[in-house]
Amino acid sequence: MRVLFKTSYNDDIRLFPDRWTLAVYAALLALAVLLPVLLDEFYIGEVTNVLIWAIAGLGLMLLTGQTGQVSLGHAAFLAIGCYTNTILIEAGLPFIVAFPLAGVITGVVGAIIAIPALRLHGIYLAIATIALSILADDIIVLLDPWTGGVSGKFPAVITIFGLEIERWTMPVRFYYLVLVVTMICTLFYRNLLRAPLGRAFAAVRDSEISATAMGVHIARTKVKAFGLSCMITGWAGALMGYYAGAFNNETFSLVISITLLMMIVIGGLGSIHGAFFGAVVVAFLPQVLSIAKGAMIGGSVAIPGLETGVFGLILILFILFEPMGLYGRWLKIRTWFELFPFARKDMFRRQKSYLKTERLR
Amino acid sequence: MSLLEIKEATLKFGGVVAVNNLSLSVEEGEVYAIVGPNGAGKSTVFNLISRFYQPFSGSITFDGQNLLDRAPDQVADLGIARTFQNIELFDHATVLQNLLVGRHRHRKTSLVEELFFAPRVRREEIAHREVVEEVIDFLDLQPYRDKMIAGLPYGVRKVVELGRALATGPKLLLLDEPASGLSVEETQDMRWWIDDIRKQMGITVLMVEHDMGLVSSVSDRVLALADGAKLAEGTPAEVQADPAVIEAYLGVGAV
Repeated sequence: MRVLFKTSYNDDIRLFPDRWTLAVYAALLALAVLLPVLLDEFYIGEVTNVLIWAIAGLGLMLLTGQTGQVSLGHAAFLAIGCYTNTILIEAGLPFIVAFPLAGVITGVVGAIIAIPALRLHGIYLAIATIALSILADDIIVLLDPWTGGVSGKFPAVITIFGLEIERWTMPVRFYYLVLVVTMICTLFYRNLLRAPLGRAFAAVRDSEISATAMGVHIARTKVKAFGLSCMITGWAGALMGYYAGAFNNETFSLVISITLLMMIVIGGLGSIHGAFFGAVVVAFLPQVLSIAKGAMIGGSVAIPGLETGVFGLILILFILFEPMGLYGRWLKIRTWFELFPFARKDMFRRQKSYLKTERLR
Repeated sequence: MSLLEIKEATLKFGGVVAVNNLSLSVEEGEVYAIVGPNGAGKSTVFNLISRFYQPFSGSITFDGQNLLDRAPDQVADLGIARTFQNIELFDHATVLQNLLVGRHRHRKTSLVEELFFAPRVRREEIAHREVVEEVIDFLDLQPYRDKMIAGLPYGVRKVVELGRALATGPKLLLLDEPASGLSVEETQDMRWWIDDIRKQMGITVLMVEHDMGLVSSVSDRVLALADGAKLAEGTPAEVQADPAVIEAYLGVGAV
């Protein structure tokens, strides 16, 4: 068991609490960098997919896990990011400018949309944001001159200082690009968590009334959460466009929104790890299922709704038995080893929460 | 001039008059207690000061400024901090994070600075932490610093909520039943803390409390409320001896 001995307040602010953690993440990064040497190009593509989903997950996690605002409209923001990026590059901007800008524009749009949506809470917010997902489809068709409507668009070629990156012919380069974006998004998320704004997000999530009494402006904080969440989601959307190779009005459907939300629940709400764990499940589940199906009943038989069914089942099992998601399970396993043999079964049992003051809504 | 002055405030919920033409003034540096039977409107007075409710008529001024001009989230900026009767902490955050939220009104950094965790953010974080650590020392919260609120016992939560209010650096502290649900020893601690808050930190305290032992030992003046109206006001002994107060609590002819 490691014992942390803190000697300055900086110890609590640092990205990594101690050298051991730093070493673990450094090793993880080294592994990620060396991955193209270890795996063939097909699997690199799959890992890239996981990372893209993880970025999208980080975006939604910031809003839902951190600020407590459920959104089923994030497919729309993926679409905005994707189309904006492509349109900006076609307009002549270099990728290195267009890509960040696409995220920022998505964030601004998200913040504007958030202003009316803020008056809604919980399930009503979820329903209102579903409308967003559905509307996105029609809006893309209506904006045919820019979006290509039903026939769709191909993502513009990425050129960074003369270095060309293409998802199909150079999956390794694309993988490194996605890895860098993932690291930047994770760093942003981490920075927010240790800054006043991240705490304000958690305050809004846990008790709006006392957050207000502490001087947190609820509406402004939620708008910021929406904006930042949509910015990260916009970047994920742009990368998803590249990964898919072509996209149209149906690419970013409501199903994507729902999958995204299920992903962060399965991964573990409110943690960065949760977004990554959830992304692994979402990205690999179809592959695992098709392999399993092939082994059991032969690959040629099609079972409609198999993926959705299994996904739903996993979600139900998690909500029933492990509401903290995969990350929660991981924490329990780690604690068990760290404290061995002193871990107790009830260590993670939540105390019943006490009566709440009536909500002022 | 009084620090907090409520003049002829009235608040109705439908046909119920929650606060009826109430006037009170809290002087700087005193501990002022509001007592009264359940439903007398004590917490409603707090919610008026916190601007969660808008009075029908009357005025509220704090430190010479019209409080009714302020939005609920600007009240903290003026230097008014409060606790809640039923504890409103941020359950899925640690004690330290809860206390740091108390410093929210003092932050100066922008969104972009925080995204990149600029050096200024770090400097400010450390400055906030120093203030929070003083509160932790004052309230003996050291063992709980990194504990989640969701796993803490009731008595500790009560203290954390007091700490969070203190961390805002208030001029006026509103305590809504600070001793409710506390054991005898915990109530005793609370009493000393309230005394120290007033004497060492120079913070004015306005509290709602049922425990008359606590009220009479710490407060300078007491206001007895019944049905939203002022029943009696004076020193704890005066109020306890007031016939109208005895009648409201015990009924006529009970003595």
